[in-house]
Amino acid sequence: MNRIFSRSECLTDTPTHFCPGCTHGIAHRLVAEAIEELGVADRAIGIPGVGCCVFLYYYIPIDTLEAPHGRAPAVATGMKRAQPDKIIFNYQGDGDMAAIGTSEIIHAANRGENITVIYVNNSVYGMTGGQMAPTTLLGQQTTTSPYGRNFETEGYPIRMAEMLATLEGVAYSARVSLHRPKNVMQAKKAIVKAFEMQINKMGFTMVEILSTCNTNWRVSPTEALDVIENEMIPYFPLGVFKERTGKDFL
Amino acid sequence: MTVKKLTKGNIALAEGAIQAGCRFYFGYPITPQNDIPEYLAKHLPEVGGTFIPAESEIASINMVLGAGASGERAMTSSSGPGISLMQEGLSYLAGSEIPGLVVNIMRCGPGLGGIAPTQGDYTQAVHGGGHGDYRNIVLAPASVQEMFDLTIKAFELADRYRMVSIILADAMVGQFQEPCRLTPEKPIVMPDKPWALRGRQGRNPQLLKSLYLGPGEQEAHNLDLQKKYAEVQKNEVLCEEKFLDDAEIMIVAFGTPSRIAKTAIRMAREQGIRVGLLRPITLFPFPSEQVRAHSARIGKVLVVEMNTGQMLYDVKIAAHKDAAISFYGRPGGGIPFPNEVLAEIRKALE
Repeated sequence: MNRIFSRSECLTDTPTHFCPGCTHGIAHRLVAEAIEELGVADRAIGIPGVGCCVFLYYYIPIDTLEAPHGRAPAVATGMKRAQPDKIIFNYQGDGDMAAIGTSEIIHAANRGENITVIYVNNSVYGMTGGQMAPTTLLGQQTTTSPYGRNFETEGYPIRMAEMLATLEGVAYSARVSLHRPKNVMQAKKAIVKAFEMQINKMGFTMVEILSTCNTNWRVSPTEALDVIENEMIPYFPLGVFKERTGKDFL
Repeated sequence: MTVKKLTKGNIALAEGAIQAGCRFYFGYPITPQNDIPEYLAKHLPEVGGTFIPAESEIASINMVLGAGASGERAMTSSSGPGISLMQEGLSYLAGSEIPGLVVNIMRCGPGLGGIAPTQGDYTQAVHGGGHGDYRNIVLAPASVQEMFDLTIKAFELADRYRMVSIILADAMVGQFQEPCRLTPEKPIVMPDKPWALRGRQGRNPQLLKSLYLGPGEQEAHNLDLQKKYAEVQKNEVLCEEKFLDDAEIMIVAFGTPSRIAKTAIRMAREQGIRVGLLRPITLFPFPSEQVRAHSARIGKVLVVEMNTGQMLYDVKIAAHKDAAISFYGRPGGGIPFPNEVLAEIRKALE
Protein backbone atom coordinates (compact mmCIF):
# COMPACT_ATOMS: atom_id res chain seq x y z
CA MET A 1 0.00 0.00 0.00
CA ASN A 2 1.33 3.43 -0.87
CA ARG A 3 1.46 5.87 1.99
CA ILE A 4 0.57 9.30 0.63
CA PHE A 5 0.52 11.27 3.89
CA SER A 6 2.12 10.78 7.28
CA ARG A 7 3.17 12.72 10.31
CA SER A 8 6.37 14.66 9.74
CA GLU A 9 9.43 13.18 11.40
CA CYS A 10 9.86 16.62 12.92
CA LEU A 11 6.56 16.31 14.77
CA THR A 12 6.34 14.23 17.95
CA ASP A 13 3.50 11.83 18.70
CA THR A 14 2.14 13.99 21.51
CA PRO A 15 -1.51 14.68 22.39
CA THR A 16 -2.12 18.33 21.58
CA HIS A 17 -2.73 20.84 24.36
CA PHE A 18 -4.38 23.26 21.95
CA CYS A 19 -8.16 23.64 22.09
CA PRO A 20 -10.18 21.61 19.56
CA GLY A 21 -10.58 23.81 16.49
CA CYS A 22 -7.43 25.86 17.09
CA THR A 23 -5.21 26.07 14.00
CA HIS A 24 -1.94 26.39 15.96
CA GLY A 25 -1.51 22.65 15.44
CA ILE A 26 -1.61 23.09 11.67
CA ALA A 27 0.95 25.87 11.91
CA HIS A 28 3.18 23.54 13.97
CA ARG A 29 2.82 20.83 11.34
CA LEU A 30 3.73 23.18 8.50
CA VAL A 31 6.83 24.40 10.34
CA ALA A 32 7.82 20.80 11.11
CA GLU A 33 7.34 19.76 7.49
CA ALA A 34 9.36 22.70 6.23
CA ILE A 35 12.23 21.86 8.60
CA GLU A 36 12.13 18.21 7.54
CA GLU A 37 11.89 18.89 3.80
CA LEU A 38 14.73 21.38 3.88
CA GLY A 39 16.86 18.88 5.81
CA VAL A 40 17.78 21.30 8.59
CA ALA A 41 16.34 19.58 11.68
CA ASP A 42 19.79 18.89 13.11
CA ARG A 43 20.78 22.53 12.90
CA ALA A 44 17.44 24.24 13.51
CA ILE A 45 16.80 25.97 16.84
CA GLY A 46 13.32 27.16 17.77
CA ILE A 47 12.62 30.15 19.97
CA PRO A 48 8.96 30.31 20.99
CA GLY A 49 7.45 33.37 22.63
CA VAL A 50 5.14 33.38 25.62
CA GLY A 51 1.49 32.32 25.44
CA CYS A 52 -0.06 29.38 23.61
CA CYS A 53 3.01 29.23 21.36
CA VAL A 54 5.46 28.46 24.18
CA PHE A 55 4.94 24.69 24.09
CA LEU A 56 6.52 24.40 20.67
CA TYR A 57 9.02 21.99 22.25
CA TYR A 58 6.28 19.49 23.05
CA TYR A 59 5.71 18.98 19.36
CA ILE A 60 8.84 19.79 17.35
CA PRO A 61 11.81 17.71 18.58
CA ILE A 62 14.65 20.13 17.92
CA ASP A 63 16.77 22.32 20.21
CA THR A 64 14.52 24.96 21.75
CA LEU A 65 15.02 28.08 23.84
CA GLU A 66 12.29 29.88 25.76
CA ALA A 67 12.29 33.66 25.36
CA PRO A 68 10.72 36.25 27.65
CA HIS A 69 7.41 37.71 26.45
CA GLY A 70 7.97 39.64 23.23
CA ARG A 71 11.75 39.34 23.33
CA ALA A 72 12.20 36.37 21.00
CA PRO A 73 13.61 38.50 18.13
CA ALA A 74 16.34 39.87 20.43
CA VAL A 75 17.08 36.38 21.77
CA ALA A 76 17.22 35.07 18.18
CA THR A 77 19.57 37.92 17.28
CA GLY A 78 22.04 36.88 19.99
CA MET A 79 21.78 33.23 18.99
CA LYS A 80 22.06 33.76 15.23
CA ARG A 81 25.09 36.04 15.61
CA ALA A 82 26.70 33.37 17.78
CA GLN A 83 25.78 30.55 15.38
CA PRO A 84 25.32 31.95 11.86
CA ASP A 85 25.28 28.45 10.36
CA LYS A 86 22.18 27.43 12.36
CA ILE A 87 18.58 27.90 11.24
CA ILE A 88 16.99 30.06 13.90
CA PHE A 89 13.29 30.80 14.04
CA ASN A 90 10.87 32.55 16.35
CA TYR A 91 7.34 31.31 16.85
CA GLN A 92 5.34 34.18 18.31
CA GLY A 93 1.70 35.10 18.82
CA ASP A 94 0.13 38.50 18.22
CA GLY A 95 0.07 39.48 21.89
CA ASP A 96 3.74 38.55 22.09
CA MET A 97 4.95 40.25 18.91
CA ALA A 98 2.47 43.01 18.11
CA ALA A 99 2.12 44.38 21.66
CA ILE A 100 4.86 43.83 24.24
CA GLY A 101 7.45 42.89 21.62
CA THR A 102 7.06 45.63 18.99
CA SER A 103 10.43 47.17 19.75
CA GLU A 104 12.32 43.88 19.49
CA ILE A 105 10.61 42.75 16.26
CA ILE A 106 11.05 46.09 14.48
CA HIS A 107 14.72 46.40 15.29
CA ALA A 108 15.57 42.76 14.54
CA ALA A 109 13.81 43.22 11.19
CA ASN A 110 15.48 46.55 10.56
CA ARG A 111 18.93 45.09 11.24
CA GLY A 112 18.09 42.43 8.69
CA GLU A 113 18.84 39.66 11.14
CA ASN A 114 18.99 36.44 9.13
CA ILE A 115 16.22 34.73 11.09
CA THR A 116 12.68 33.54 10.34
CA VAL A 117 9.71 34.68 12.37
CA ILE A 118 6.50 32.68 12.35
CA TYR A 119 3.83 35.04 13.62
CA VAL A 120 0.49 33.51 14.58
CA ASN A 121 -2.25 36.15 14.61
CA ASN A 122 -5.54 35.12 16.19
CA SER A 123 -6.54 38.65 17.25
CA VAL A 124 -6.63 37.94 21.00
CA TYR A 125 -4.44 36.92 23.95
CA GLY A 126 -5.35 33.23 23.82
CA MET A 127 -3.64 31.57 26.78
CA THR A 128 -4.69 34.19 29.32
CA GLY A 129 -8.34 33.89 28.36
CA GLY A 130 -9.08 36.06 25.34
CA GLN A 131 -8.21 39.64 26.25
CA MET A 132 -8.03 42.42 23.66
CA ALA A 133 -4.78 42.58 21.67
CA PRO A 134 -3.50 45.28 19.29
CA THR A 135 -4.74 42.96 16.50
CA THR A 136 -8.32 42.68 17.82
CA LEU A 137 -10.76 43.71 15.09
CA LEU A 138 -12.91 46.82 15.38
CA GLY A 139 -16.13 45.92 17.13
CA GLN A 140 -14.72 42.59 18.31
CA GLN A 141 -15.84 41.71 21.82
CA THR A 142 -13.22 40.29 24.14
CA THR A 143 -12.97 39.99 27.92
CA THR A 144 -11.27 43.39 28.05
CA SER A 145 -13.25 45.00 25.24
CA PRO A 146 -16.70 43.82 26.36
CA TYR A 147 -18.43 46.55 24.35
CA GLY A 148 -16.41 45.79 21.23
CA ARG A 149 -13.13 47.39 20.21
CA ASN A 150 -13.64 51.08 19.56
CA PHE A 151 -11.06 52.92 17.43
CA GLU A 152 -11.66 56.13 19.38
CA THR A 153 -10.43 54.59 22.61
CA GLU A 154 -8.41 51.51 21.59
CA GLY A 155 -7.11 52.49 18.17
CA TYR A 156 -7.03 50.30 15.09
CA PRO A 157 -5.80 46.73 14.62
CA ILE A 158 -2.09 46.69 13.79
CA ARG A 159 -0.95 45.15 10.51
CA MET A 160 2.50 43.71 11.19
CA ALA A 161 3.23 42.13 7.79
CA GLU A 162 2.66 45.43 5.97
CA MET A 163 4.55 47.45 8.57
CA LEU A 164 7.63 45.22 8.54
CA ALA A 165 7.61 45.19 4.74
CA THR A 166 8.55 48.90 4.81
CA LEU A 167 11.89 48.13 6.49
CA GLU A 168 14.97 47.76 4.30
CA GLY A 169 16.33 44.85 6.35
CA VAL A 170 13.33 42.66 5.58
CA ALA A 171 13.78 40.06 2.83
CA TYR A 172 10.34 38.49 2.99
CA SER A 173 7.07 39.48 4.62
CA ALA A 174 3.85 37.66 3.86
CA ARG A 175 0.44 36.99 5.37
CA VAL A 176 -1.24 33.62 4.96
CA SER A 177 -4.18 31.86 6.57
CA LEU A 178 -5.12 28.37 7.70
CA HIS A 179 -8.90 28.50 7.27
CA ARG A 180 -9.21 26.51 4.00
CA PRO A 181 -7.10 23.62 2.64
CA LYS A 182 -5.96 25.83 -0.25
CA ASN A 183 -4.76 28.44 2.23
CA VAL A 184 -2.95 25.80 4.28
CA MET A 185 -1.01 24.81 1.15
CA GLN A 186 -0.17 28.45 0.44
CA ALA A 187 0.91 28.90 4.04
CA LYS A 188 3.24 25.91 3.70
CA LYS A 189 4.83 27.46 0.61
CA ALA A 190 5.37 30.76 2.42
CA ILE A 191 6.97 29.06 5.42
CA VAL A 192 9.27 26.98 3.23
CA LYS A 193 10.15 30.12 1.26
CA ALA A 194 11.04 32.01 4.43
CA PHE A 195 13.30 29.19 5.69
CA GLU A 196 14.91 28.85 2.27
CA MET A 197 15.72 32.54 2.22
CA GLN A 198 17.31 32.21 5.66
CA ILE A 199 19.37 29.25 4.42
CA ASN A 200 20.48 31.47 1.53
CA LYS A 201 21.40 34.24 3.99
CA MET A 202 19.03 36.76 2.43
CA GLY A 203 18.00 38.50 5.65
CA PHE A 204 14.95 38.79 7.86
CA THR A 205 11.90 36.73 6.91
CA MET A 206 8.45 36.83 8.47
CA VAL A 207 5.27 34.85 7.83
CA GLU A 208 2.10 36.10 9.50
CA ILE A 209 -0.45 33.32 9.87
CA LEU A 210 -4.11 34.13 10.49
CA SER A 211 -5.22 31.52 12.99
CA THR A 212 -8.42 30.63 14.82
CA CYS A 213 -9.11 31.01 18.52
CA ASN A 214 -12.64 29.66 18.55
CA THR A 215 -12.59 29.20 22.33
CA ASN A 216 -12.00 32.87 23.01
CA TRP A 217 -13.96 34.07 20.02
CA ARG A 218 -16.90 32.12 21.54
CA VAL A 219 -17.76 30.40 18.25
CA SER A 220 -17.65 26.82 16.98
CA PRO A 221 -14.53 25.54 15.17
CA THR A 222 -16.25 25.73 11.78
CA GLU A 223 -17.68 29.18 12.48
CA ALA A 224 -14.18 30.28 13.41
CA LEU A 225 -12.95 29.39 9.94
CA ASP A 226 -15.67 31.64 8.51
CA VAL A 227 -14.65 34.42 10.89
CA ILE A 228 -11.21 34.36 9.29
CA GLU A 229 -12.75 34.47 5.81
CA ASN A 230 -15.38 37.12 6.47
CA GLU A 231 -13.94 39.29 9.23
CA MET A 232 -10.17 38.92 9.49
CA ILE A 233 -9.10 38.76 5.85
CA PRO A 234 -11.00 41.94 4.84
CA TYR A 235 -8.85 43.83 7.39
CA PHE A 236 -5.72 41.63 7.23
CA PRO A 237 -5.40 40.90 3.49
CA LEU A 238 -3.43 37.84 2.45
CA GLY A 239 -0.40 38.25 0.23
CA VAL A 240 3.33 38.79 -0.07
CA PHE A 241 4.20 42.34 0.93
CA LYS A 242 7.89 42.09 0.31
CA GLU A 243 10.16 39.55 -1.32
CA ARG A 244 13.78 40.05 -2.21
CA THR A 245 14.78 38.30 -5.39
CA GLY A 246 18.50 38.44 -4.70
CA LYS A 247 20.87 40.02 -2.27
CA ASP A 248 19.63 43.40 -3.48
CA PHE A 249 20.78 45.35 -0.48
CA LEU A 250 21.20 49.09 -0.80
CA MET B 1 58.80 42.28 35.00
CA THR B 2 55.09 42.77 34.55
CA VAL B 3 54.31 45.79 32.40
CA LYS B 4 51.64 48.07 33.77
CA LYS B 5 49.84 50.64 31.71
CA LEU B 6 47.95 53.70 32.94
CA THR B 7 44.38 52.61 32.23
CA LYS B 8 40.86 53.82 32.91
CA GLY B 9 38.68 51.44 34.96
CA ASN B 10 36.03 50.97 32.29
CA ILE B 11 38.70 50.27 29.65
CA ALA B 12 40.39 47.71 31.89
CA LEU B 13 37.04 45.98 32.27
CA ALA B 14 36.40 45.95 28.51
CA GLU B 15 39.91 44.63 27.77
CA GLY B 16 39.44 42.02 30.49
CA ALA B 17 36.27 40.84 28.75
CA ILE B 18 38.07 40.40 25.43
CA GLN B 19 40.91 38.51 27.12
CA ALA B 20 38.37 36.33 28.95
CA GLY B 21 37.17 35.14 25.54
CA CYS B 22 34.00 37.21 25.42
CA ARG B 23 33.15 37.72 21.76
CA PHE B 24 29.62 39.09 22.07
CA TYR B 25 28.68 42.50 23.42
CA PHE B 26 25.20 44.01 23.26
CA GLY B 27 24.41 47.37 24.79
CA TYR B 28 22.67 50.72 24.83
CA PRO B 29 24.43 54.00 25.69
CA ILE B 30 24.23 55.43 29.20
CA THR B 31 26.69 57.48 31.26
CA PRO B 32 28.99 56.68 33.12
CA GLN B 33 29.80 53.43 31.30
CA ASN B 34 30.04 54.51 27.65
CA ASP B 35 33.78 53.81 27.49
CA ILE B 36 32.97 50.10 27.67
CA PRO B 37 30.79 49.81 24.51
CA GLU B 38 32.98 52.31 22.66
CA TYR B 39 36.11 50.27 23.37
CA LEU B 40 34.43 47.01 22.44
CA ALA B 41 32.87 48.43 19.26
CA LYS B 42 36.40 49.16 18.11
CA HIS B 43 38.24 46.12 19.39
CA LEU B 44 35.79 43.18 19.28
CA PRO B 45 35.81 43.08 15.45
CA GLU B 46 39.61 42.78 15.57
CA VAL B 47 39.24 39.39 17.28
CA GLY B 48 36.27 38.21 15.22
CA GLY B 49 33.75 39.29 17.81
CA THR B 50 30.28 40.78 17.48
CA PHE B 51 29.17 44.17 18.77
CA ILE B 52 25.52 45.14 18.44
CA PRO B 53 24.28 48.60 19.44
CA ALA B 54 20.94 47.29 20.72
CA GLU B 55 17.67 49.22 20.59
CA SER B 56 17.24 49.06 24.37
CA GLU B 57 18.61 47.44 27.49
CA ILE B 58 15.71 44.99 27.29
CA ALA B 59 16.98 43.85 23.90
CA SER B 60 20.60 43.85 25.14
CA ILE B 61 20.00 41.38 27.95
CA ASN B 62 17.91 39.14 25.69
CA MET B 63 20.70 39.10 23.11
CA VAL B 64 22.99 38.00 25.95
CA LEU B 65 20.44 35.26 26.65
CA GLY B 66 20.54 34.08 23.02
CA ALA B 67 24.34 34.15 22.71
CA GLY B 68 24.76 32.64 26.19
CA ALA B 69 22.37 29.79 25.32
CA SER B 70 24.62 29.15 22.32
CA GLY B 71 27.48 28.48 24.74
CA GLU B 72 29.36 31.73 24.05
CA ARG B 73 30.74 34.19 26.58
CA ALA B 74 28.48 37.23 26.15
CA MET B 75 27.98 40.48 28.04
CA THR B 76 26.21 43.77 28.33
CA SER B 77 26.90 46.87 30.40
CA SER B 78 24.77 49.72 31.60
CA SER B 79 23.86 51.86 34.59
CA GLY B 80 20.85 52.43 36.90
CA PRO B 81 17.85 52.95 34.59
CA GLY B 82 19.20 50.49 32.02
CA ILE B 83 19.90 47.84 34.65
CA SER B 84 16.32 48.26 35.88
CA LEU B 85 15.09 47.44 32.36
CA MET B 86 17.23 44.30 32.33
CA GLN B 87 15.69 42.77 35.46
CA GLU B 88 13.14 40.75 33.47
CA GLY B 89 15.92 39.22 31.40
CA LEU B 90 18.11 38.57 34.45
CA SER B 91 15.29 36.56 35.98
CA TYR B 92 14.93 34.47 32.80
CA LEU B 93 18.69 33.89 32.59
CA ALA B 94 18.65 32.70 36.21
CA GLY B 95 15.61 30.49 35.68
CA SER B 96 17.02 28.91 32.51
CA GLU B 97 20.53 28.72 34.01
CA ILE B 98 22.22 30.56 31.17
CA PRO B 99 25.51 32.30 32.06
CA GLY B 100 26.36 35.86 31.09
CA LEU B 101 28.03 39.04 32.36
CA VAL B 102 26.17 42.22 33.25
CA VAL B 103 28.19 45.28 34.20
CA ASN B 104 26.60 48.04 36.26
CA ILE B 105 28.67 51.20 36.57
CA MET B 106 26.24 52.71 39.03
CA ARG B 107 24.63 56.11 38.77
CA CYS B 108 22.49 57.77 41.40
CA GLY B 109 18.79 57.13 41.72
CA PRO B 110 15.90 56.85 42.10
CA GLY B 111 14.73 57.83 38.64
CA LEU B 112 17.10 59.36 36.14
CA GLY B 113 19.34 60.46 39.01
CA GLY B 114 22.83 61.79 38.54
CA ILE B 115 26.12 60.45 37.28
CA ALA B 116 28.32 61.00 40.32
CA PRO B 117 29.81 57.96 42.12
CA THR B 118 27.28 56.06 44.20
CA GLN B 119 26.42 52.56 45.45
CA GLY B 120 22.63 52.76 45.43
CA ASP B 121 22.16 49.58 43.39
CA TYR B 122 23.58 47.14 45.97
CA THR B 123 20.18 45.79 46.97
CA GLN B 124 19.02 45.46 43.36
CA ALA B 125 22.14 43.52 42.37
CA VAL B 126 22.57 41.37 45.48
CA HIS B 127 19.01 40.73 46.58
CA GLY B 128 17.12 40.49 43.34
CA GLY B 129 15.51 43.16 41.25
CA GLY B 130 13.80 40.66 38.98
CA HIS B 131 10.99 38.31 39.92
CA GLY B 132 11.39 34.93 41.59
CA ASP B 133 13.76 33.16 43.99
CA TYR B 134 17.14 33.64 42.40
CA ARG B 135 20.62 35.05 42.94
CA ASN B 136 23.32 36.60 40.78
CA ILE B 137 27.03 36.37 41.47
CA VAL B 138 28.04 39.96 42.30
CA LEU B 139 31.64 41.18 42.18
CA ALA B 140 32.69 44.60 43.45
CA PRO B 141 36.01 45.91 42.13
CA ALA B 142 37.77 48.70 44.03
CA SER B 143 40.66 49.36 41.63
CA VAL B 144 41.41 49.47 37.92
CA GLN B 145 43.36 46.22 38.26
CA GLU B 146 40.32 44.56 39.77
CA MET B 147 38.14 45.87 36.94
CA PHE B 148 40.36 43.76 34.68
CA ASP B 149 40.90 40.72 36.89
CA LEU B 150 37.36 40.42 38.27
CA THR B 151 35.87 40.61 34.77
CA ILE B 152 37.80 37.48 33.86
CA LYS B 153 36.78 35.93 37.19
CA ALA B 154 33.15 36.89 36.55
CA PHE B 155 33.06 34.96 33.26
CA GLU B 156 34.70 31.92 34.90
CA LEU B 157 32.19 31.88 37.76
CA ALA B 158 29.23 32.47 35.43
CA ASP B 159 30.22 29.48 33.32
CA ARG B 160 31.06 27.26 36.29
CA TYR B 161 27.68 27.77 37.96
CA ARG B 162 25.57 28.65 34.90
CA MET B 163 24.64 31.95 36.53
CA VAL B 164 24.73 35.62 35.67
CA SER B 165 27.71 37.48 37.07
CA ILE B 166 27.29 41.16 37.80
CA ILE B 167 30.21 43.56 38.08
CA LEU B 168 28.92 46.25 40.45
CA ALA B 169 31.19 49.28 40.37
CA ASP B 170 30.79 52.92 41.28
CA ALA B 171 31.60 55.61 38.73
CA MET B 172 34.86 56.46 40.53
CA VAL B 173 36.20 52.96 39.89
CA GLY B 174 34.89 53.11 36.32
CA GLN B 175 36.29 56.51 35.48
CA PHE B 176 39.62 56.90 37.25
CA GLN B 177 42.98 55.82 35.89
CA GLU B 178 45.59 53.64 37.59
CA PRO B 179 48.52 51.53 36.44
CA CYS B 180 47.11 48.16 35.39
CA ARG B 181 48.53 44.84 34.24
CA LEU B 182 46.45 44.06 31.16
CA THR B 183 47.29 40.36 30.95
CA PRO B 184 45.45 37.54 32.75
CA GLU B 185 46.96 36.18 35.95
CA LYS B 186 46.53 32.64 34.64
CA PRO B 187 45.68 31.15 31.23
CA ILE B 188 42.04 31.39 30.18
CA VAL B 189 40.33 28.00 29.92
CA MET B 190 37.07 27.82 28.01
CA PRO B 191 34.88 25.13 29.62
CA ASP B 192 32.78 22.59 27.73
CA LYS B 193 29.09 23.44 27.69
CA PRO B 194 27.21 20.27 26.82
CA TRP B 195 23.93 21.97 27.79
CA ALA B 196 24.28 24.66 25.09
CA LEU B 197 21.80 24.76 22.22
CA ARG B 198 23.75 24.15 19.03
CA GLY B 199 21.30 21.98 17.08
CA ARG B 200 20.41 18.40 17.91
CA GLN B 201 22.99 16.79 15.60
CA GLY B 202 24.46 13.69 17.23
CA ARG B 203 22.30 13.84 20.34
CA ASN B 204 18.73 14.24 21.54
CA PRO B 205 17.01 17.64 21.29
CA GLN B 206 17.78 19.97 24.20
CA LEU B 207 15.71 22.66 25.83
CA LEU B 208 16.52 25.67 27.96
CA LYS B 209 13.48 26.99 29.76
CA SER B 210 12.13 28.48 32.94
CA LEU B 211 8.47 27.45 32.67
CA TYR B 212 7.52 24.56 34.96
CA LEU B 213 3.78 23.90 35.16
CA GLY B 214 3.66 20.29 36.35
CA PRO B 215 2.83 19.60 40.01
CA GLY B 216 5.92 20.17 42.12
CA GLU B 217 8.19 20.86 39.14
CA GLN B 218 8.75 24.52 39.86
CA GLU B 219 9.43 23.84 43.54
CA ALA B 220 11.98 21.15 42.66
CA HIS B 221 13.64 23.54 40.20
CA ASN B 222 13.78 26.30 42.84
CA LEU B 223 15.32 23.92 45.38
CA ASP B 224 17.94 22.82 42.82
CA LEU B 225 18.82 26.47 42.22
CA GLN B 226 19.15 27.04 45.97
CA LYS B 227 21.54 24.06 46.23
CA LYS B 228 23.68 25.67 43.55
CA TYR B 229 23.61 29.04 45.34
CA ALA B 230 24.70 27.30 48.56
CA GLU B 231 27.69 25.84 46.67
CA VAL B 232 28.59 29.33 45.46
CA GLN B 233 28.33 30.63 49.02
CA LYS B 234 30.56 27.80 50.27
CA ASN B 235 33.25 28.00 47.58
CA GLU B 236 33.51 31.44 46.10
CA VAL B 237 33.66 34.11 48.83
CA LEU B 238 36.35 36.71 48.20
CA CYS B 239 37.27 39.51 50.57
CA GLU B 240 40.21 41.62 51.61
CA GLU B 241 41.06 41.59 55.34
CA LYS B 242 43.45 44.33 56.46
CA PHE B 243 44.81 45.40 59.86
CA LEU B 244 42.23 43.24 61.63
CA ASP B 245 44.54 41.32 63.99
CA ASP B 246 44.89 44.09 66.58
CA ALA B 247 41.80 46.11 65.61
CA GLU B 248 39.46 47.60 68.17
CA ILE B 249 36.97 48.45 65.43
CA MET B 250 36.35 46.96 61.98
CA ILE B 251 35.21 48.96 58.96
CA VAL B 252 33.20 47.04 56.34
CA ALA B 253 33.18 48.77 52.96
CA PHE B 254 33.32 47.83 49.27
CA GLY B 255 34.36 49.73 46.15
CA THR B 256 35.48 53.34 46.49
CA PRO B 257 34.48 53.71 50.18
CA SER B 258 36.98 50.92 50.99
CA ARG B 259 39.72 53.08 49.45
CA ILE B 260 38.59 56.08 51.48
CA ALA B 261 38.43 53.86 54.57
CA LYS B 262 42.07 52.87 54.08
CA THR B 263 43.11 56.53 54.23
CA ALA B 264 40.96 57.02 57.34
CA ILE B 265 42.52 53.90 58.91
CA ARG B 266 46.03 55.26 58.27
CA MET B 267 45.06 58.59 59.85
CA ALA B 268 43.49 56.76 62.82
CA ARG B 269 46.49 54.54 63.37
CA GLU B 270 48.80 57.59 63.33
CA GLN B 271 46.69 58.76 66.28
CA GLY B 272 46.89 55.37 68.00
CA ILE B 273 43.39 54.19 67.11
CA ARG B 274 43.57 50.60 65.87
CA VAL B 275 41.15 50.24 62.99
CA GLY B 276 40.86 47.29 60.58
CA LEU B 277 39.10 46.78 57.26
CA LEU B 278 37.01 44.00 55.83
CA ARG B 279 36.35 44.63 52.14
CA PRO B 280 33.86 42.26 50.47
CA ILE B 281 35.00 41.57 46.90
CA THR B 282 32.12 39.20 46.28
CA LEU B 283 28.82 40.75 47.42
CA PHE B 284 27.05 37.52 46.57
CA PRO B 285 28.37 35.27 47.97
CA PHE B 286 28.70 37.69 50.90
CA PRO B 287 31.62 37.10 53.31
CA SER B 288 29.20 36.38 56.15
CA GLU B 289 31.49 33.96 57.96
CA GLN B 290 34.34 36.47 57.97
CA VAL B 291 32.05 39.25 59.22
CA ARG B 292 30.76 36.97 61.97
CA ALA B 293 34.18 35.81 63.12
CA HIS B 294 35.84 39.23 63.11
CA SER B 295 32.85 41.01 64.68
CA ALA B 296 32.72 38.40 67.45
CA ARG B 297 36.36 39.08 68.31
CA ILE B 298 36.54 42.84 67.65
CA GLY B 299 33.07 43.77 68.92
CA LYS B 300 32.66 47.05 67.05
CA VAL B 301 31.75 47.42 63.37
CA LEU B 302 31.41 50.54 61.21
CA VAL B 303 29.77 50.07 57.81
CA VAL B 304 30.63 52.77 55.24
CA GLU B 305 28.72 52.97 51.96
CA MET B 306 27.84 55.51 49.28
CA ASN B 307 24.13 54.93 49.89
CA THR B 308 21.78 55.09 52.86
CA GLY B 309 22.65 51.63 54.19
CA GLN B 310 22.13 48.67 51.88
CA MET B 311 25.03 46.29 52.51
CA LEU B 312 24.43 47.27 56.14
CA TYR B 313 21.60 44.72 56.29
CA ASP B 314 23.86 41.88 55.19
CA VAL B 315 26.44 42.92 57.77
CA LYS B 316 23.77 43.01 60.48
CA ILE B 317 22.55 39.53 59.55
CA ALA B 318 26.09 38.14 59.49
CA ALA B 319 27.57 39.90 62.51
CA HIS B 320 27.86 38.36 65.96
CA LYS B 321 24.80 39.14 68.06
CA ASP B 322 26.82 41.12 70.60
CA ALA B 323 28.63 43.27 68.04
CA ALA B 324 27.85 47.00 68.03
CA ILE B 325 27.18 48.09 64.46
CA SER B 326 27.18 51.69 63.29
CA PHE B 327 26.78 53.14 59.83
CA TYR B 328 28.04 56.08 57.84
CA GLY B 329 26.68 56.66 54.35
CA ARG B 330 26.54 59.38 51.72
CA PRO B 331 23.88 58.83 49.04
CA GLY B 332 23.13 60.49 45.73
CA GLY B 333 26.69 61.17 44.60
CA GLY B 334 28.04 62.30 47.96
CA ILE B 335 31.53 60.89 48.56
CA PRO B 336 32.69 60.40 52.17
CA PHE B 337 35.88 62.23 53.09
CA PRO B 338 38.48 60.36 55.17
CA ASN B 339 38.09 62.84 58.04
CA GLU B 340 34.33 62.18 58.07
CA VAL B 341 35.02 58.45 58.36
CA LEU B 342 37.58 59.15 61.10
CA ALA B 343 34.97 61.15 63.01
CA GLU B 344 32.56 58.21 62.74
CA ILE B 345 35.28 55.86 64.02
CA ARG B 346 35.79 58.09 67.06
CA LYS B 347 32.05 58.29 67.66
CA ALA B 348 31.70 54.49 67.48
CA LEU B 349 34.52 54.03 69.99
CA GLU B 350 33.09 56.47 72.52
